[in-house]
Amino acid sequence: MQADLSVILPEIILAIYVMAALIGAVYTAKDKLAPLLVWATAALMVVLGVWIGTSGEGATEAFGGMIVDDAFSRFAKVTILLSAAAVMVMGQDYMSKRGMLRFEYPLLVALSVIGMMVMVSAGDLMALYMGLELQSLALYVVAALRRDSIKSTEAGLKYFVLGALSSGLLLYGASLVYGFAGTTKFAGIIEVAQHGEVSIGLLFGIVFLISGMGFKVSAVPFHMWTPDVYEGAPTPVTAFFASAPKVAAMGLFARVLHDAFGHAVADWSQVVALLSVLSMFLGAVAAIGQTDIKRLMAYSSIAHMGYALIGLAAGTELGVQALLIYMTIYVAMNIGTFAFIMMLHRDGKPVTDIRALNQYAKREPGRALGMLILLFSLSGVPPMLGFFGKFFVLRAAVEAGMSWLAVAGVIASVIGAYYYLRIVFFMYFGSDSEDVETHRSPVLLAFFSAGAAVMLIGVVTTFGVEGAAAAAAAMLVH
Amino acid sequence: MDNILSIVTFIPALAAAFMAVLMRGDDAAARRNAKIIALFATSATFLVSLFIYAGFDPANTGFQFVEERAWIFGLKYKMGVDGISVLFVLLTTFVMPLTILASWNVTTRVKEYMIAFLLLETLMLGVFMALDLVLFYLFFEAGLIPMFLIIGIWGGKDRIYASFKFFLYTFFGSVLMLVAMVTMYMEADTTDIVALLTYNFSYASFDLLGIHVLGGLQTMLFLAFFASFAVKMPMWPVHTWLPDAHVQAPTAGSVVLAAILLKMGGYGFLRFSLPMFPVGSEVMSDLILWMSAIAIVYTSLVAMVQEDMKKLIAYSSVAHMGFVTMGIFAANQQGVDGAIFQMLSHGFISAALFLCVGVIYDRMHTRDIDAYGGLVIRMPAYALVFMFFTMGNVGLPGTSGFIGEFLTLMGTFQANTWVAFVATSGVIFSAGYALWLYRRVVFGDLIKESLKTIQDMTPREKWIFAPLVAMTLLLGIYPVVVTDVIGPSTEALVTSVNTAVAEAGFLTEAAEVEVAATNSH
Repeated sequence: MQADLSVILPEIILAIYVMAALIGAVYTAKDKLAPLLVWATAALMVVLGVWIGTSGEGATEAFGGMIVDDAFSRFAKVTILLSAAAVMVMGQDYMSKRGMLRFEYPLLVALSVIGMMVMVSAGDLMALYMGLELQSLALYVVAALRRDSIKSTEAGLKYFVLGALSSGLLLYGASLVYGFAGTTKFAGIIEVAQHGEVSIGLLFGIVFLISGMGFKVSAVPFHMWTPDVYEGAPTPVTAFFASAPKVAAMGLFARVLHDAFGHAVADWSQVVALLSVLSMFLGAVAAIGQTDIKRLMAYSSIAHMGYALIGLAAGTELGVQALLIYMTIYVAMNIGTFAFIMMLHRDGKPVTDIRALNQYAKREPGRALGMLILLFSLSGVPPMLGFFGKFFVLRAAVEAGMSWLAVAGVIASVIGAYYYLRIVFFMYFGSDSEDVETHRSPVLLAFFSAGAAVMLIGVVTTFGVEGAAAAAAAMLVH
Repeated sequence: MDNILSIVTFIPALAAAFMAVLMRGDDAAARRNAKIIALFATSATFLVSLFIYAGFDPANTGFQFVEERAWIFGLKYKMGVDGISVLFVLLTTFVMPLTILASWNVTTRVKEYMIAFLLLETLMLGVFMALDLVLFYLFFEAGLIPMFLIIGIWGGKDRIYASFKFFLYTFFGSVLMLVAMVTMYMEADTTDIVALLTYNFSYASFDLLGIHVLGGLQTMLFLAFFASFAVKMPMWPVHTWLPDAHVQAPTAGSVVLAAILLKMGGYGFLRFSLPMFPVGSEVMSDLILWMSAIAIVYTSLVAMVQEDMKKLIAYSSVAHMGFVTMGIFAANQQGVDGAIFQMLSHGFISAALFLCVGVIYDRMHTRDIDAYGGLVIRMPAYALVFMFFTMGNVGLPGTSGFIGEFLTLMGTFQANTWVAFVATSGVIFSAGYALWLYRRVVFGDLIKESLKTIQDMTPREKWIFAPLVAMTLLLGIYPVVVTDVIGPSTEALVTSVNTAVAEAGFLTEAAEVEVAATNSH
């Protein structure tokens, strides 16, 4: 028992901290404590992230295989913790200025992070569902954080209804899998689901599971909620949605497909490949007409999930490694981009219209350059790091004999380049228009510059991400 | 001097970084400093690159000055030059100081302008030196970013359309090449270009979606690379981005585009397509030879009816690049030598022609041919320079243009007489449009009111043209300076291609059917 608990010690610490902070804040200064809680929660997450990243060797199981602690879950957890902490700190100033910073915000984020940590280390369908629901319920509330704004409440409600539907699909799939495999443990399922002998019921179960998880990563055709939620939620919350939960959902996706159905790759790889192609193309095409940068980033994230899914569709060790590297780079790009979006305002109100960026480069050459780097990285143009993410997933696809998927991916990336270029166009070539002001927050500037700098420095060193991802992938793929 | 190639490549980038980080303000002094730093950096690059030339051993057909370091994701940072690439490196370093000088009158965002050009130089040099597939792709693609900005920010009236067209067109071409590169990486398990040059990619034919692919994997890879290089070159019928980009780009942008960026396509054919996929090249060569011939005739005719001077020269560039592709895929010594020679010569002549347009555009702010006439009366020096390069463009013996066209035509004549026959008519057409342009702009009576006060070239402008005139004459009169350097490397290239094709054993589809028939028995 003690050994079991020590495996999930980081989760327990975070959970106890959240409870204590919640009760403490309710009985004392409430929202006045919010800024302090943001920093404290972020600090705790960073500490836990560093701890998980530097400790832990090999693979340990806890609670009879319900929770697995291996290189894969550690990699995902570190990414989740660090990105969540970064996004929270980034948004603090933005939210307190607009009176949105309630003390529940950091604690809800922390709760959802606990859910994510359980998701990526689940070794059982029950643990999977527990983690997923803990994460989702916290996120529903965070999406509707601005109770007085119609858009925000609409976003929250939409997210909740559709999220509940997807949870239902997932649960149905899980029950089918349980019914036909006779166990909820991944280690047990994989023995039943040998290639070529997957029963039709199990196959249905896989498809429902994939649908449910496709919803969480917002892969087409389960993407409908994404643009509305991204647009409606306050920008810091959007930034959060675009980072840690995506990593967790992708981690879960890879975990389930490889840990439970790793012997039946041929059965699910076509389905995932289809999701991937649809996401890449819809993300690229639908973003063209967007003028709201948050909606645009929503479609951009759909497209990026498509690329990451290429790695999963490959169904190989290299594929999982590519997926993890892609997600890490994606999160870094998103943090930088959203820091930029949060900096823009006019008369104290946030500005999200990309046309407001007209001639931005003349007024703020440094920031425009940073954004330029991030945009080219998002579109996958070398020498930015975003290109190497794409290169890696293409490699995985070709290695797995799916050259057609690689070709589809690069064609979608050309279409997608158009809308990123459009932002560059407004910033550098546009005609003069009314000014957009730039918020001079040192925290935002720091994250923004770091995001842009990483895209360039990443070409020289990958900060050990490559090796860690390789170890994680080796652990997952049998 | 072990890492002289990296030094040459990154001097401009360092200067750009220096300007970006340390220079503030936008007053007249800051603008002048930006220009001086850029000129200094590009000149220094040129001087250092002369050491490469001095230390280069033409007899050695392998790669020289090779540097190799570990890079991220298991890739390698590997640079080197051989007889094919060394002169392109020198062409780049030679042209860049001239383009900076030609931009002396830029007034908007001078610092950013210079940074963009310096970064562009680094990326272009990297393309010609990279010996790792991904490193090559990185330099090749990254060059789009500064060029996109150069056209988009400092370009003409329709610059937005031109910049997007330029970017998306070339980006689309190269991503297919990326997939091919990844396939090669997976196939050969290396991204080292030196190793890939000796790797034999499979040429067993297969069926894809019901289409019989002669030459199999090699043909597929060839086509993917072809998509990229043909757009970059540009070859007919994917040349349509070039006139737009040229017309809208600022003078210096046009110069870089014509003199160096277009050469990346030809260089790519020589570095990748021909030696790595000899069978694929052989399968496609007839088609490409005819496409080149069509390009030469068609774009020459199109050039004749242009009313915009830059557009005319842009179309003439496409025609001249037709000679290059023709020479390369003739795949014999004269053809390949001629192709490289033609690219170098075009680098000097087209750069000079765009600069000629720039000279009068700076004064009159129009590129319409109709707006000029009789310039010889007020601008004798200009008329002389313009005539010299018009003759170079036409391919007059004694200028470098003649040697390039003659060699490629000779090579093609051996490979496919009819293509050579059609292409030769292009030489006549080129005389037609070039001389007619010259007549309309320079000769005639000076009747336009606005031209009556036009000034002849300033000393700065004359100094820009002097080195270009010198190089065009030198290459025209004493071409051995080029052919001696490239000869051994191209000879090795041609021999290896021919051996590979001979080994593959099938030159026609009929022969392959025969082989298949004997195999089935």
